[in-house]
Amino acid sequence: MQVQVLSARFDIPDANKIDVAKQHGAYATLEKVFAMQPEEIIELVKASGLRGRGGAGFPTGLKWSFLPKNVDKPVYLAVNSDESEPATFKDRYILVRDPHTLIEGIIICCYAIKSHAAYIYIRGEYTTQVKILQAAIDEAYAAGYLGETVDGHEYKLDVTVHRGAGAYVCGEETALLESIEGKKGQPRSKPPFPAVEGLYGCPTIINNVQSIASLPFILTNGADAYKAFGTEKSPGTHLFGISGLVKKPGMYELPLGLPLLEVIEKVAGGMRDGRTLKGVIPGGSSTPVLTPEEAQTVTLDYESMAAHKTMFGSGGIVVLDDTVDMVKLVENLIYFYHHESCGQCTPCREGLGWMLKIVRKIIRGEGVKADIDLLTELCDNIEMKTVCVLSAACTMSTRSYLNKFRHEFEAYVAGGASAQAAM
Amino acid sequence: MSDRSQLIETGKPFTFDAQRDAEFERLVKRYPTRESMILPSLWLVQEQEGWISAEAMAYIADRIGTFPSMVYEAATFYTMYNLQPKGKLHICVCRTLSCYLLGKQEIVDYLQQELGIKPGEVSADGQFSLEEVECLGHCGTAPVVQVNGEFYEDMNVAKLKELLATLK
Repeated sequence: MQVQVLSARFDIPDANKIDVAKQHGAYATLEKVFAMQPEEIIELVKASGLRGRGGAGFPTGLKWSFLPKNVDKPVYLAVNSDESEPATFKDRYILVRDPHTLIEGIIICCYAIKSHAAYIYIRGEYTTQVKILQAAIDEAYAAGYLGETVDGHEYKLDVTVHRGAGAYVCGEETALLESIEGKKGQPRSKPPFPAVEGLYGCPTIINNVQSIASLPFILTNGADAYKAFGTEKSPGTHLFGISGLVKKPGMYELPLGLPLLEVIEKVAGGMRDGRTLKGVIPGGSSTPVLTPEEAQTVTLDYESMAAHKTMFGSGGIVVLDDTVDMVKLVENLIYFYHHESCGQCTPCREGLGWMLKIVRKIIRGEGVKADIDLLTELCDNIEMKTVCVLSAACTMSTRSYLNKFRHEFEAYVAGGASAQAAM
Repeated sequence: MSDRSQLIETGKPFTFDAQRDAEFERLVKRYPTRESMILPSLWLVQEQEGWISAEAMAYIADRIGTFPSMVYEAATFYTMYNLQPKGKLHICVCRTLSCYLLGKQEIVDYLQQELGIKPGEVSADGQFSLEEVECLGHCGTAPVVQVNGEFYEDMNVAKLKELLATLK
């Protein structure tokens, strides 16, 4: 089931070094790129159907076309390498195993959107990864792929790594821009959208690492070659991160559209210790959980996930078995989002704290039935009442556990502390 | 959100060493505004000293030519900036989702017992500090522990014992 499109060079030793990467095709597509008009590249990327791989799945080429025409301001590219959504660990492989495909993708994107400065915003926790990435960028400068000219073409391009410092919210694109500008990572109100007014008030495109790293293949092989993978509306391949209670967790590149359960069974080795499936978080911690029954009909693409009232998200799949206490799992997730709230909007800053207190009260065995309803009510009152979707990431996921595993919350309430002690 | 409002004064002025000075000058050319150097500068201080003092923040503000409050705001907002000295071995245990499912608590319990400190604390001899941190992006090899920035994957108590013995 696995394919090697994005990950073609992942298993080659030292492919993070420019000489090895070049032997295996890195930067080879640039000649073709610079022979094209920027608009032609945008059309090609549109035709490939590539969708943003950060989580939202917005068509990449379409995003680029929102840039205003003929502006006299600089255009910026910000590459989102914040990768902080729990269960997401895919972009890291690109940074470490094949950073030159990312750099080549950045060159392609910048040429297409007429940008001369790109910033890679990498999460601060990626300490060893940032060194490998920076070394690759230094190599690209030395080899003439970045700097005053690009591969001998009259095109100036600087790529700068900007390190975050432990704020999940900076994966939100406007918080990311604030952070590059030296401020607290607090999301901006939209509009204006970054394509019109982004970094330093200038038109800015923000793309995920994997989206950018998909470009060299598309430019080399064409839109149809990319569309040969995946489904009609969700073309291409994705680096899926499968974690949790499976035999073979890990990062696997798969075409979109495969049946979820088959992937868990055949790719990730199935359940551990002969356990049975209790639920699947399909695309990162914020995506609503699927029951085993729902999981039976889900395929790994944007449309199927939406039809099952959840999201494809970042492709970070977490497999839960019958040993998992869903109430405690929800506590773990609410704690995360509460901790990561930037503090700007009251419903998020205060509301997620209230949710945490209530779920902890339930776990202590001090909860009453009305507390379960209160949690739902809080979700309703927090969601969509904030500048960004961080709070919604918490409420959407929490609500799915409240709805689908309500009996577990009720068992805590019914049993009180004594039942909890016996568990 | 966590309370990170306390600054520590060393009573000594701060300056970048030659290596950090050169890195500052290299990076400042990459940004159209000098304020963009706030986060990179805080990292440079932390690389040099291990933590960020009140004097270092004042130095950064002065060097960039911005308000000290801007630097203070960033330093206190971003949780990876150490506002006090950490242990010689700074141990971070991921507490989120996949690491939670695969036994991070056993690791935290063991470390608390072994080191005699709770998450957020530094041992009296300054050798160790312990922190529980949010998702480190290594969910496929959970649970994961980071020691002085190095990742140790697929951890368990036995492996941790070995690791501590080699690092001590």
